[in-house]
Amino acid sequence: MSGKIAFDPITLPPEAETLRAEVRAFLDAEIAGGAFDPSGVGGRGPLDRDFSRRVGAKGWIGMTWPKRYGGAERSFFERYVVNEEFLIANAPTQGHFVADRQSGPVLLRYAADEIKDDILPRITRGECTFCIGMSEPDSGSDLFAAKTRAEKIDGGGWRVNGRKLWTSYAHHADYMIAVLRTSPAPDDNRRHGLSQFLVDMKTPGITVTAVPNMAGQHDFNEVLFEDVVLPENALLGEPDMAWKQVTAELAFERSGPERFLDTYQVLVELIRVLGPEPDLRGAEGVGRLVAQLNSLRRMSISVAGKLAAGKEPVLEASIVKDLGTNWEQALPAKARDLAAFVEFEPGNTPGFEAVLARATMIAPKLTIQGGTREILRGIIARGLGLR
Amino acid sequence: MGAADPLVVETVTRILGDLADPQTVNSTTDQAWRGPLWAALEESGLTRAWLADDLGGAGAAMADGFAVVRASGAYAASIPLAETLLAAWLLGGAGLEAPDGAMTVAPTREKDAITIGPDGRLAGNARAVPFAAEADHLAVIATQNSSLMVALVARTDCQITEGTNFAGDAHNDITFNGAAVVKLAPVPAGTKDGLAMIGAVARCVQMAGALEALLDMCVDYAGERVAFGRPIGRFQAVQHELAKLASETAAAMAASGAAADAVAEGSTFDDRVFFEVASAKVRIGEAARDGAAIAHQVHGAIGFTAEHVLHRYTRRLLAWRDDFGSESVWAARLGAMVAAAGADALWPTMTSG
Repeated sequence: MSGKIAFDPITLPPEAETLRAEVRAFLDAEIAGGAFDPSGVGGRGPLDRDFSRRVGAKGWIGMTWPKRYGGAERSFFERYVVNEEFLIANAPTQGHFVADRQSGPVLLRYAADEIKDDILPRITRGECTFCIGMSEPDSGSDLFAAKTRAEKIDGGGWRVNGRKLWTSYAHHADYMIAVLRTSPAPDDNRRHGLSQFLVDMKTPGITVTAVPNMAGQHDFNEVLFEDVVLPENALLGEPDMAWKQVTAELAFERSGPERFLDTYQVLVELIRVLGPEPDLRGAEGVGRLVAQLNSLRRMSISVAGKLAAGKEPVLEASIVKDLGTNWEQALPAKARDLAAFVEFEPGNTPGFEAVLARATMIAPKLTIQGGTREILRGIIARGLGLR
Repeated sequence: MGAADPLVVETVTRILGDLADPQTVNSTTDQAWRGPLWAALEESGLTRAWLADDLGGAGAAMADGFAVVRASGAYAASIPLAETLLAAWLLGGAGLEAPDGAMTVAPTREKDAITIGPDGRLAGNARAVPFAAEADHLAVIATQNSSLMVALVARTDCQITEGTNFAGDAHNDITFNGAAVVKLAPVPAGTKDGLAMIGAVARCVQMAGALEALLDMCVDYAGERVAFGRPIGRFQAVQHELAKLASETAAAMAASGAAADAVAEGSTFDDRVFFEVASAKVRIGEAARDGAAIAHQVHGAIGFTAEHVLHRYTRRLLAWRDDFGSESVWAARLGAMVAAAGADALWPTMTSG
């Protein structure tokens, strides 16, 4: 057998399924109380810090982290269930999603103790919002071309100058984890010379400007750094070695259910408009979509099993994101085809057309954000030993 | 797949590696390799994995049998190994012993109906039965006085139409007019659905095994074949095609594993098992189609020659899609079930297992 890739089947453990019931009850109560609209598509909803605090109070943010930092020391599988249930419900997780998935684990691994003691418990309480500062005007997929500099200041600390771009949710973020240039890249290793930093967004010299997207949302921002002074301990991990740290981070970022559930509501509304007894074309079309989705979920849970076992499945995570984002991107067009012969009448399709339009609008970004399709296929090829 | 006995995997891999090397098989013009291979598989008990000890079988777990079938896919083996395992499962489920030799099962299509008349003999047809012409016996699900029975029939008692599938393996229509029943017993409830599901999963794990082998072949070839002064695997266009092949292979691995586990762990062939099996057969059929196409594109003209081993894999991948329900058939069943349950039931259904 190949051994190049591994996707062992994983059945979620009973405690995860017990938790699922609890999560659903919580979300039902939130929806009943008018906290959010469950019929939306894509993204993390509007910023709702109160909602994040209520989630934090349930112990569902940073739930795999050590208890001394406010975590619950629960399993990756339990986190997986919380994550997928929140996505399906379209819950407004913007206030804690990035910190929970990505930034918290980076801090846990690389930050100084006093930072961990300060920030991690606040994240778990749902009081602390993060953004990721990677892309720049001249550096998107080519992360290693980043130019925004962090220079060592005599007597301690770092001075930052430059510009980050396409930074999602920076306008709400309390902190950024930024990839900054600390040394010029040597000719023989262009990945070298970048470092990860913790940036308090209230630091003087930081200007955040909105970059509205084509769907009319304000997610993107430009973040300008002008002589921003960071403390000595803002450096996370090894200087100049961000590429290694970021690679490990991507295994967490790329394999979760958010990589195929962003347009899920389109499938639900498609099934609704086709009705309980669709014709053969409708039934086959829905069946294929459901089969593809179920297989993606199985793959994603399999990668969660690897993360739970302490592995860094970068190759497998990239496969899940490539297949998953392509699927969620193609879904609106397929649903549109399958619904083409439904007799639309006023009132019989309140959800479908609105959801379809929104999903079609956000579709282009799904195979770009968090690593483009082309970058992912390069990573997969590397994992196969081709480069 | 969960918890296959490593010894089973090692044994079947050794036997297939020694006696059914795909390149060797592809180069020979006679069928002399078949006898020793089948003898070794039978000797080891692998052909009776799913038959209980007290019925003369190996009494192995479902996972072990699926591992055997998966290995047969990884070697693109053109032998009725999966079919014999299935037939023994069907007979054993009805409390019947299985005879020696190769077997297959019928019907494999939903609309084929076989009956047992007042004379105790079989009537009816079964289409597209894998390896019927090479089987010594057939295990048949037939209706007798509106009860479902399993009947063991000698192949020589049936009218078998000559035919092969896309891979050139025996694949035959059968007419049962007056065929004698060797053994007969009532089948437990759910057996008909069960056979359809286990048969589908068997093809799923075979296709997943074949795709894994195909990925290895393609990556190796792309590293060796030089064009424009460098291995073709250095070109980004080729790398991205191979990345897609890896993703399709990964989907097949995950889906086949989940379906095999669902069948192995479920006590009945309920909606939950159906959901997993249908998903897998649909998704892996698509992976087989796309994977075979990529493999040929990467191999270029040499992969289109009879001499090259590639077609032993790609033709079987494409052929196996059709057995025990094509992806279209399973998708329509799955879609009908999902639609009947209603839009808001989809997520609870998907997360129920």
